[in-house]
Amino acid sequence: MLNFIIRRTLLIVPMLIGISLITFVIAHLAPGDPTSIRYGLNPEVSQSARAKLKEMYGLDKPIIVQFGLWLKRIAMLDFGNSFIDDRPVIHKIAERLPATLLLNIAALFVIYILAIPIGISSAVKANSKYDRVMTIILFAGYATPSFWFALLLIWFFGFNLGWFPISGMRPWYVEYFTFFESIKDLLWRLVLPVATTSLLSLANLSRYMRSSMLEVLRQDYIRTARAKGLSEYLVVYKHALKNALLPIVTIASMILPALLSGSFIIETIFGWPGMGRLGYESIMNYDYPTTMGVVIIATFLTLLGLLIADITYAIVDPRIRYE
Amino acid sequence: MVREIFRNKQIVLGLVVILFMAGIATFAPFIATYSPYEQNLSPEARIQPPSREHWFGTDDLGRDLFSRMVYGARTSLSVGFIAVGIMLTVGITLGVLAGYYGGWIDFIIMRLVEVMMCFPTLYLILILLAFLGPSIFYVMAVIGLTSWMGLTRFVRAEFLSLREREFVIAAKALGATDLRIAFRHILPNALAPVFVSITFSLGGAILVENSLSFLGLGVQIPIPSWGNIISTGRFYIESAWWLTLFPGLAILITVLSFYLVGDGLRAVLDPRLKR
Repeated sequence: MLNFIIRRTLLIVPMLIGISLITFVIAHLAPGDPTSIRYGLNPEVSQSARAKLKEMYGLDKPIIVQFGLWLKRIAMLDFGNSFIDDRPVIHKIAERLPATLLLNIAALFVIYILAIPIGISSAVKANSKYDRVMTIILFAGYATPSFWFALLLIWFFGFNLGWFPISGMRPWYVEYFTFFESIKDLLWRLVLPVATTSLLSLANLSRYMRSSMLEVLRQDYIRTARAKGLSEYLVVYKHALKNALLPIVTIASMILPALLSGSFIIETIFGWPGMGRLGYESIMNYDYPTTMGVVIIATFLTLLGLLIADITYAIVDPRIRYE
Repeated sequence: MVREIFRNKQIVLGLVVILFMAGIATFAPFIATYSPYEQNLSPEARIQPPSREHWFGTDDLGRDLFSRMVYGARTSLSVGFIAVGIMLTVGITLGVLAGYYGGWIDFIIMRLVEVMMCFPTLYLILILLAFLGPSIFYVMAVIGLTSWMGLTRFVRAEFLSLREREFVIAAKALGATDLRIAFRHILPNALAPVFVSITFSLGGAILVENSLSFLGLGVQIPIPSWGNIISTGRFYIESAWWLTLFPGLAILITVLSFYLVGDGLRAVLDPRLKR
């Protein structure tokens, strides 16, 4: 097992090189060099910033050396300094990361809690009226533009009912709160962003749960369990559920990129001080180093999610033997 | 097969809505009751609720919302179809190359697929647009170029299972060229998953285009897009609900129809799901 974990972890290295290569290509995509596009016309970007960027890319060196330098920078998580406040990009991202993680982990939690029972009940009553209605509802959730859903929630629960705050994570006055009050305030503020984030991936996960459950219910050992007269409840929840849950573990990693993409929009709308909003602000301000840093870190997070999912899968499923 | 497709209620419902939207997009100039660009800045014309003259109300510049949404259908559908066209070209070509030739070509293409799948798509799209500048053509290209990976995997898998079959060997023995075998003999057998993928991708592309336009990085004002109408509506959400509600519903209904057709097709075309 340890052997597998080490080998699986090492597989990340070629992936990182691939990611570096793609981002390098993007950086050189535009005609001219990476310092001239857009910023050439933008007086906000001073000459010194352009000179810094030129130095960072080593643009006077051969292309292969440039890529080597780029790889080195990424390996050291050095994305240069922000154009806006000249602080190291990685510090800016580190500040924003906890908010993004909090939002997405909370959403993941909600998605699992809802999707597993929905998936099970749809599979048990496959092709019934309930299953069909559920399918349509889930697809509608999947087809709903998240920015629009967020605005509707703000309009209804924020403005009309006034139940939830519509923006922000930690207002200035939490300093005067006791510890429990500030936790309560935070949870309260999480409700609308988490609801929007979960809606996106709920359909995905519950469909997976449904087909995984259907697959298991077809197995011979389920027929045996039924044949020996077990109640339907025991068959489904004791015999089938355990095996049906296994593939769902890995799905977390598949919806992670979608969740992170979602936080770009959701954090922007709800004023959530996370990485997605940092990315949006940096794009809007032509803050090129920060934009690049956010994209690369978001991709690292996805890779990390994949790694964790693969390892958990190997640990929880005894049928899988890695040699 | 065709009869089965048209007996599936989900597919028929989705197709009817899609055709309806496509009709609106095609005949936009005849359907729109006003010009989508004509402004009327007098206070009694701006931000008016739905009425008999303005079915969906008016926006902050006094433009008729219904007419803007009719033209918005044009924007969304054309972005969707062109983006998916690009996705198909790239996805099928790479899938065919990987599945038919195998070896190091397959190795490189599949590693590229794996790396591309790790990027959160929206971030990748946004950084590309931040570079290239917002333009409707870049939006189409970028959506297409960031969504082909699933299709490549499908096509490659189909090719791997089909390329050793007798009919392929027979074609080879008759001296057919690689190109002919790949596209005339094998690809038609692999079309089912391609059709499913097309419908889902169309829905997805429309959703992404509208999200980008909402963020101000997609279709630029004054060209109407459902997404950029909502980005204006956002500032008036307390008072002018119609500016947010109607375009959002249009996106939801259109995307949902594509997904319903896709899901229905998958059920009809995949014999394993038939029971």
